[in-house]
Amino acid sequence: MDFEDSPEEAAFRTEVRAWLDANAKKRAGKREISAEDMENGAEGEMVASKAWQKTKAKAGYARITWPKGMGGIGGTPMQSIIFGQEESKYDVASGAPFAIGLGMCIPTLMAYGDEAAKKRFVWPAVQGDEIWCQLFSEPAGGSDVANLRTKAEKDGDTWTINGSKIWTTGAQFSDYGIILTRTDPGVPKHKGLTMFYIDMKDPGVDIRPIKQASGGAGFNEIFFTDVKVKDSQRLGEVGQGWTVALTTLMHERLAVGGGAGGGLDVPQLMQLARELELEDGPAIRNAAVREKIADWYVRSAGLRYTTFRTMTALSQGKQPGPEASIAKIVVATKLQDLSAFAMELEGEAGVLQGAAAPMHGLFQGGWLSAPGLRIAGGTDEILRNIIAERVLGLPGDIRVDKDVPFNKIPTGR
Amino acid sequence: MNFDFSDDQKMLKDQARKFLSEKCTTKTVRAVFEGDAHHDAALWKQVAEMGWTGTAIPEEFGGLGLGYLELCVIAEELGRALAPVPFSSTVYLFAEALLIAGTDEQKKRLLPKVASGEIVGTFARAEGPGAVLPKNIRATLKGGKLNGKKIAVIDGPIADYAVVLAQTSEGSGERGLQLALVDLKGAGVKRKTCETLDASRGHSDIVFENASAEPLGKIGEGWSDASRVLDRAAILLAFEQVGGADVCLAQAKDYALGRYAFGRPIASFQAIKHKLADMYVNNELARSNAYYGAWALSTGARELPLAAAAARVSATQAFDYASKENIQTHGGIGFTWAMDCHFYYKRAKETGLVLGPQRAWKDKLVTELETSNA
Repeated sequence: MDFEDSPEEAAFRTEVRAWLDANAKKRAGKREISAEDMENGAEGEMVASKAWQKTKAKAGYARITWPKGMGGIGGTPMQSIIFGQEESKYDVASGAPFAIGLGMCIPTLMAYGDEAAKKRFVWPAVQGDEIWCQLFSEPAGGSDVANLRTKAEKDGDTWTINGSKIWTTGAQFSDYGIILTRTDPGVPKHKGLTMFYIDMKDPGVDIRPIKQASGGAGFNEIFFTDVKVKDSQRLGEVGQGWTVALTTLMHERLAVGGGAGGGLDVPQLMQLARELELEDGPAIRNAAVREKIADWYVRSAGLRYTTFRTMTALSQGKQPGPEASIAKIVVATKLQDLSAFAMELEGEAGVLQGAAAPMHGLFQGGWLSAPGLRIAGGTDEILRNIIAERVLGLPGDIRVDKDVPFNKIPTGR
Repeated sequence: MNFDFSDDQKMLKDQARKFLSEKCTTKTVRAVFEGDAHHDAALWKQVAEMGWTGTAIPEEFGGLGLGYLELCVIAEELGRALAPVPFSSTVYLFAEALLIAGTDEQKKRLLPKVASGEIVGTFARAEGPGAVLPKNIRATLKGGKLNGKKIAVIDGPIADYAVVLAQTSEGSGERGLQLALVDLKGAGVKRKTCETLDASRGHSDIVFENASAEPLGKIGEGWSDASRVLDRAAILLAFEQVGGADVCLAQAKDYALGRYAFGRPIASFQAIKHKLADMYVNNELARSNAYYGAWALSTGARELPLAAAAARVSATQAFDYASKENIQTHGGIGFTWAMDCHFYYKRAKETGLVLGPQRAWKDKLVTELETSNA
């Protein structure tokens, strides 16, 4: 048991460091995290993100595990992790705008698209020229993703899409999207779905950013009015959309789980506790504060070392387990509780936001984004179901609509 | 990166599990709980014959000299089985105290007897309820004589030797503290067996009246020596706790799958599924923290005190939660003496308190974080 690289891993790390030295600047000191960083899709970062993505893509580092010619170098998951570790030491733009496209949409396209589509779309996405979004959720759906009503109707070689989607991250910046539609309402809900990819700039696509409780607008509502899609844009067979969507969702949990939380954790809380004075002296000397710090530290550390165990499994050629589901549950609730506790320590200044608040509103930012984090990419409840059912082998929930044709399912509100 | 046990270590773990599943069944644990003995002497003998007691003791002192990672995998299995043997007191505490603070002569005299299972050793720190602090240590070691009282000494009723934290009065508080090595069968030692929560572990109050004792380590280093012993024991015990917590999850799961209510297995109710998912998350985090502790212990890393505190807090929380929610999942039957759930509930609390409460370890954890951030 050790943390050392194998000789191959060490060689790759050296290579990556040399490349990063030649192409980026080392980060000086600790990275300052602002409240804005806690929000997704900050527009100002986009230009820098695209430029850095292109630089990485040219060297094959944008998608390390993908094959050569697809933007990668056919590398191992471990090499991908090593690159991420080294990259985090440099002052480079975030890859967040590409996370959904490269993490979920393009893998789905690679699995189900035809050769022409792969040739056309993979490389522009890898080098950041084109951004993708994922159009699954609907107002009536929520965690019940398959309960969607956006319909696609076929006429000859063309499909016409009508309906609406919601909670679509980054749609306002996106060029393309993958969309799950209902093509047969007369069969049970999972059986009448079909997946397509669409051009977000097509006529009939109306994107409206949703102002969030946090004030930002990372998500959107999108309305589709007679949007025309060619049959060649179909991903998978007609009626097989659910199977295709599961491929995407599997990738989603891997993508969302990892770095969630924006770096707000125990060190920042300790910094605040050192600076603040409470009724009985410095906050860091207060027993209740110390207990809380320890509680959250063991969860953060446990997660960090769980990742090490995953990395070990990956490096031995094993498949990743359900760690991603664990990570999001732990990180999101910890972010919410830790932020709220920090604001409690701040006292009456806790109500302030942004630059006026202690530590530039870091904890307020975390507290405001936490409710969204507990929902996006699978709610805490859904993730617990996943652990219970897929890891522990407990029975699935009772699904009373499972065998009922979609158009006969009671809808409520 | 290789954050896992080796194939050899996993094989040792499998062997340990196989052995214990045959020799240490629920019946074994129940017999100790319901009888007058404080451990299963036959099992203890077999455990020693397998060499487990000498796993991490160097060969020159009669041990196998394997190492701490090997001891960790055995600890996890002993924890799974709730083995009613004085392993933690003798191996994690007593032997480690000798290895940390003993002279070559002391090690040569006693460690081979630990390795062979000839003696049971223990470690005594607390003198009353509340926090154990340097200023609260009133037991004295002067001129080779030990005086004072220690409470709730683990495996006290059966121990042959104890390492005792005592004040030498040369300097006050921490500066006068020193560890003392006492033969508990000698004159001037009075033991009173206490009633304890976990009857598979005997505990004693011990009064020393001019008992012959020898210094173990130096004056002024008693407190830091004791801390180092506790750090190592915390990591090893964390593996026992993780093993116990995993059994609680497995018991809860099996019961929930087989028990029907309202026409369905109770395992299909989300309230139960989510409870079990939370147990799983806690157990995995605790396991990962224990692994980090194992790494720190086996390499003697600078991070050892932090890793020990994190492993201790995480494992205590996981075992506590799993053992109480296991009973809850079982419903009324889970609270009966006839079921095994309560043995784990009691062991969880015993292991969670024996090296000091979570509160103290959390405080220590933050102190370590403050130092490492400075």
